[in-house]
Amino acid sequence: MKLTLKIWRQKGPNDKGQMVTYPIDNIDGDMSFLEMMDVLNNQLIESGDDPIAFDHDCREGICGMCSLYINGEAHGPDRGVTTCQLHMRKFSDGETIYIEPWRAKAFPVIKDLVVDRSSFDRIMASGGFVSVNTSGNTVDANAIPVPKADADNAFEAATCIGCGACVASCKNASAMLFVSAKVSQLALLPQGQVEAADRVLNMVKTMDEEGFGNCTNTGACEVECPKGISLENIARMNREYMSAMVK
Amino acid sequence: MSKSAILSSSIAKKYWMALTGLFLCLFLVGHLIGNLQLIFITGEEGKRAFNEYAHFMTHNPAIKALSYLTYFSIIFHSIDGIMLAIKNKKARPQNYAYNNPGANSSTPSRYMAVLGTLILVFICTHMANFWGKMHFDTIPLHTKTIEIPNEMGGEAQKVELYLTTKGDYVAAQQFEVRNETEFYVKDLDLKMGEGYKDLHGLVMSFFGQNKPGFDKNDLAPFAVILYMLAMATLGFHLWHGFSSAFQSVGVRVSSYKHPIEIAGKVFSVVVPGLFAIIPLIIYLF
Ligand code: HEM
Ligand code: SF4
Ligand code: FES
Repeated sequence: MKLTLKIWRQKGPNDKGQMVTYPIDNIDGDMSFLEMMDVLNNQLIESGDDPIAFDHDCREGICGMCSLYINGEAHGPDRGVTTCQLHMRKFSDGETIYIEPWRAKAFPVIKDLVVDRSSFDRIMASGGFVSVNTSGNTVDANAIPVPKADADNAFEAATCIGCGACVASCKNASAMLFVSAKVSQLALLPQGQVEAADRVLNMVKTMDEEGFGNCTNTGACEVECPKGISLENIARMNREYMSAMVK
Repeated sequence: MSKSAILSSSIAKKYWMALTGLFLCLFLVGHLIGNLQLIFITGEEGKRAFNEYAHFMTHNPAIKALSYLTYFSIIFHSIDGIMLAIKNKKARPQNYAYNNPGANSSTPSRYMAVLGTLILVFICTHMANFWGKMHFDTIPLHTKTIEIPNEMGGEAQKVELYLTTKGDYVAAQQFEVRNETEFYVKDLDLKMGEGYKDLHGLVMSFFGQNKPGFDKNDLAPFAVILYMLAMATLGFHLWHGFSSAFQSVGVRVSSYKHPIEIAGKVFSVVVPGLFAIIPLIIYLF
């Protein structure tokens, strides 16, 4: 495959940055998108250019490190996959592909396609945890009965890998899907009840302070989320928030 | 919980958007039922029904309370909505060079603030044209002209009557009108009754170009078109807004088959649609 890549290049956080065009040839349809980026970077290094910085780690869709806004969509045009799981066969020969970093005030660009997602960590630190007994006689989590439906919903919410595609796709750069998944996975379980009210209030407060937008219920996040996190979680968080507010 | 969060947190702001938005949907239903009298009841009867209704809407204390709630909702919904939109713009200071939002969201859902602002402009002009005139202007009163046949075979005599709030008609020439709607015996300080402002006539000549019995209005076609466009705008706002409001207060509308989703789509087509055909019918017939 022969492709024209238009890629965001930015030397550092304070550089203005711009789109740069790179032609590339001999791309195999069975390569992953990140492998295609590796091929490009090898070429850049060989010709003495600065390779393009992009995030990645597991390359099997479980760590949430890879990002990339590809042809106007987070993780590209495929559904239910991360960029590392996206195959080049989803593109056609001769196609022009636009590759940009996540764009959000709360995700400032560090370099090229790499953004700083530590705002997610600060949201987690403000409430995404449960109290556990550390005195030695810890109860096995499996010993606590949980209704099957709750366990399933909690598990589904817990599959969120914190990639930030929801923020990148949302026209408001809102983090509601991520925060609601994290709130839900704990709020649905008995272990999460102790901090339930404080958790939702504090996590939403941090979310607002970090500069994420509000939810307009457009549903873009749910469509682009590689893990299929449902808007049901946002509705649940809205309920949780309401009951925490009146407490 | 700090008290300010009830107004300032992103989620609480959306509760208020949803509650005021849904209240305005209820208001629309009431308003629509009132307006439909304009096309479903014709002749003097229709004129009477509509003017009596307009009088009731401006004088009944319970309706007054509801109308203040409506003004409040419109103002609050608009300010809150625009504040949300500004914060949302700020959350993405740099846009994508290439974006494809159509792949993951509906167009109306992405243009709620633009649609809302257009609706706000419409509401302002609409209130200046009808509500303002009804409340603050001197407009003609509800009159009816009857013909008394001349027994001697000559020309029939035309007599103009005022409709009074007691429901009877009085001969107009006996009285003079003071304070916009009150009938006084000529030259005396004796109030004999009160009439109805003729909002019906105002509406008919606003949307009707050359209607017999109403003022001629060359601008009527434009009024009709702009009104219909405004209703289309409202329809798009509600296409997303109606079900969105339920999600905001925590009721998940999960699929296209969900009853709330269906109700929202039906509402957003039927209510603005019925509003829109009223001036069209007035113009055409
Ligand atoms: C009769 C008039 C109106 C009705 C019935 C109405 C109804 C609604 C409803 C039901 C929603 C959904 C609320 C939610 O998602 O929770 C909404 C959202 C919205 N409305 Fe209105 N609205 C009206 C007029 C206006 C006006 C005049 C504005 C002025 C700017 C406006 C701006 C907005 C905005 C910006 C949103 C989206 C808020 C967000 O989700 O970010 N609306 N409206
Ligand atoms: S909700 Fe989905 S898109 Fe958002 S961070 Fe989690 S996995 Fe990524
Ligand atoms: S690199 Fe880990 S999810 Fe893509």
